[in-house]
Amino acid sequence: MTGKLMELDHVSRTFPVGNLRVRAVNNVSLAIERGEILCLVGESGCGKTTTGRIVAGLLKPTAGRILFEGRDIWAMDDKGFKGYRKAVQIVHQDPYASLNPVHSIYKILSAPLFRHGLAVTQQEAQIKIRELLQIVDLTPPEEFLDKYPHQLSGGQRQRISVARALTVNPRFIVADEAVSMVDVSIRVSLLNMLSRLKDQLGVTFLFITHDLALAKYFAWEGRIAVMYLGCIVEVAATPRLINDPSHPYSRALLSALPEADPELTRTKKRVVLRSLDVPSLLDLPSGCTFHPRCPQFREGLCERQAPELAQIGDNRYVACHLVAPGMAS
Amino acid sequence: MEGHKGGLRPPNQVIKGGFAPLTPRGADTTLSVQDLWVEYRTRRGTVKAVRGVSLDLCRGEALALIGESGSGKTTLGLSLIRLIPRSARIRAGRVIYRRDGQEYDVLSLGSEDLRQFRWKECAMVFQSALNALNPVLKVWDQVYDTASAHRQAYAHRTRQRALDLLRLVQLDPERVLRSYPHELSGGMRQRVLLAMSLLLDPQVLILDEPTTALDVLTQRAIIDVLRRLRKELEFSLILISHDLSLAAELADRVATMYAGAIVEIGDVYETFYRPRHPYTLGLLRAVPTVTGQMRDLASIPGCPPDLVNMPSGCKFHPRCPYADSRCQEEELELAQVGRGHAAACFHWQQVQYELEAREGA
Ligand SMILES: Nc1ncnc2c1ncn2[C@@H]1O[C@H](COP(=O)(O)OP(=O)(O)OP(=O)(O)O)[C@@H](O)[C@H]1O
Ligand SMILES: Nc1ncnc2c1ncn2[C@@H]1O[C@H](COP(=O)(O)OP(=O)(O)OP(=O)(O)O)[C@@H](O)[C@H]1O
Ligand code: SF4
Ligand code: SF4
Ligand SMILES: [Mg+2]
Ligand SMILES: [Mg+2]
Repeated sequence: MTGKLMELDHVSRTFPVGNLRVRAVNNVSLAIERGEILCLVGESGCGKTTTGRIVAGLLKPTAGRILFEGRDIWAMDDKGFKGYRKAVQIVHQDPYASLNPVHSIYKILSAPLFRHGLAVTQQEAQIKIRELLQIVDLTPPEEFLDKYPHQLSGGQRQRISVARALTVNPRFIVADEAVSMVDVSIRVSLLNMLSRLKDQLGVTFLFITHDLALAKYFAWEGRIAVMYLGCIVEVAATPRLINDPSHPYSRALLSALPEADPELTRTKKRVVLRSLDVPSLLDLPSGCTFHPRCPQFREGLCERQAPELAQIGDNRYVACHLVAPGMAS
Repeated sequence: MEGHKGGLRPPNQVIKGGFAPLTPRGADTTLSVQDLWVEYRTRRGTVKAVRGVSLDLCRGEALALIGESGSGKTTLGLSLIRLIPRSARIRAGRVIYRRDGQEYDVLSLGSEDLRQFRWKECAMVFQSALNALNPVLKVWDQVYDTASAHRQAYAHRTRQRALDLLRLVQLDPERVLRSYPHELSGGMRQRVLLAMSLLLDPQVLILDEPTTALDVLTQRAIIDVLRRLRKELEFSLILISHDLSLAAELADRVATMYAGAIVEIGDVYETFYRPRHPYTLGLLRAVPTVTGQMRDLASIPGCPPDLVNMPSGCKFHPRCPYADSRCQEEELELAQVGRGHAAACFHWQQVQYELEAREGA
């Protein structure tokens, strides 16, 4: 079954900072299909985690709506909202911080099962937990049940975080830099495990990462959304975005990325930015917020009008005056 | 820049002796590490963090140290300038530093000479150094402190050098010198640290994970700055990073570390395109590139060994697809596998054979 599962409808979120307000997420609209992987990429502080937390229902947007199967989650009754919070799980970056160090793996995984009535007896919990450990490739399960988080490697801990998210049979997972902290040598196996959840359990993913190469690998059949200073500046199918980016910021990011291949990385064509300084969210540039750095900056236009995210092709959206002319707001 | 008159005193004895076999012929070496062993004493037991490392750093070259977290890269770097924590001990080995035809035994320098050696001869920018700047001092005061601690208290000349270096790292010097660290972004601070590390014109610069916490565009700026610095100033660089792409960008040679030992070392192109050690091969197969085709990726199974209780034989054998019974019993030293290329593996020829067969296919 396809169709929109999750929709962000003109979502914004500000935070008070002293007497000012930071605009962490600014008028974001996105739709995620059932069974799809959408990757959210962008530099530190651009609003990825805030967006992820809003999607997971952990943070209320200051404007806009989150629709799950067409229903506004903040207009749901208590029961509906509880169901939503179960259906959408988040896996965090730091497996060290997110697992209780004094609880055994069995305890960590059985607690949500009992809490949500998914297991009543210890025996039921045992069976379910063994299944979950198999799914996340921690085998044989008996070896892990009585261990504590500090007795596991970083990658194993991250697998436990995923298993915990899976206890409540989620339909949607927000993976926020879920593999960024583990060693490169084992990242791929974690990504493969997550892919299998999509294929076998039909889980839909919002995959948040600052690493475009990871996004490419994980979401090759999905889409990538590029975020800059709280706004989505480009959305496209992964192969298109990687091989032929449209927005000047996406191009800059891709060209700047160092690659693990000496010939390739030393001969790559580079986009030169006009400035290296990242503007403050408290004092955003006028018009297109990328204009002080954009090599294609057009004076008299870009600093005056903010470009809106506009469709420029099949399933392809860009917010730039030059790429999608005449779509100013 | 003044010569190194106020620097190291001439050694009372000149060291002679054989050196590691891997000096590219004709090149002169600035720093020679010979069979270095470093350990930490912990409640759990002895952590063998550096095990018998030998390597030569040539004048002007950039050598990258790669390897997973905990493989001993930082410990090795810190040992070279003897800044290891109290719980650590250099158990054996020598570090020979050469300048102007003189040789110095770094591990037996007295405290005053050692102070001169750091910064003036061999400077290091530490891992997660972004918080290393003193928050209550303006950048200029820190620059001045660094210089005067090394009898370079010629305010005028130091300032001039600082201005030049800051310009070289693409910063507005006047503005930066007047700022407090918190007024600068992470990338700006990293560039300030780079400039400061070069203030006393060291021959060797050690950078520990210089781009790890930084964004892509900032990383790019740092890489470009490093490239420019290397062109304009003559220093040798040791680049410590778990990020293979940084090595691919900047290194002339690459050394792979595993469980405290160097398991492969060679020219950067050799290492990336013709790896001979299964661990290096495994690392290369594990990282995606963004440009080019979708490659088949694979993780290395298992996880790095506990450096207190290490496996027998080749330390990689529990994770190695080529391992046989011999690997479980015996650990090899580095041996030549190509031009200026060495690996420590019984089955490097099989790795070669398979890579070539794959390419031919
Ligand atoms: N609770 C909060 N209070 C105030 N400001 C906040 C809060 N949460 C986030 N911010 C600010 O909102 C902006 C976006 O933060 P967010 O964590 O979403 O970015 P990110 O893209 O996830 O960055 P990173 O890649 O570093 O994780 C940042 O400037 C951050 O400082
Ligand atoms: N102060 C210390 N006391 C005890 N053990 C230590 C100490 N510092 C490092 N170690 C141990 O020494 C080994 C090597 O650590 P080191 O920091 O040199 O590795 P690294 O390759 O730099 O890793 P990373 O990529 O995580 O920085 C590890 O097993 C580590 O746990
Ligand atoms: S709108 Fe103008 S400044 Fe913004 S990305 Fe496009 S060309 Fe650059
Ligand atoms: S010596 Fe044996 S175990 Fe070690 S890397 Fe070579 S093949 Fe693998
Ligand atoms: Mg984040
Ligand atoms: Mg380190």
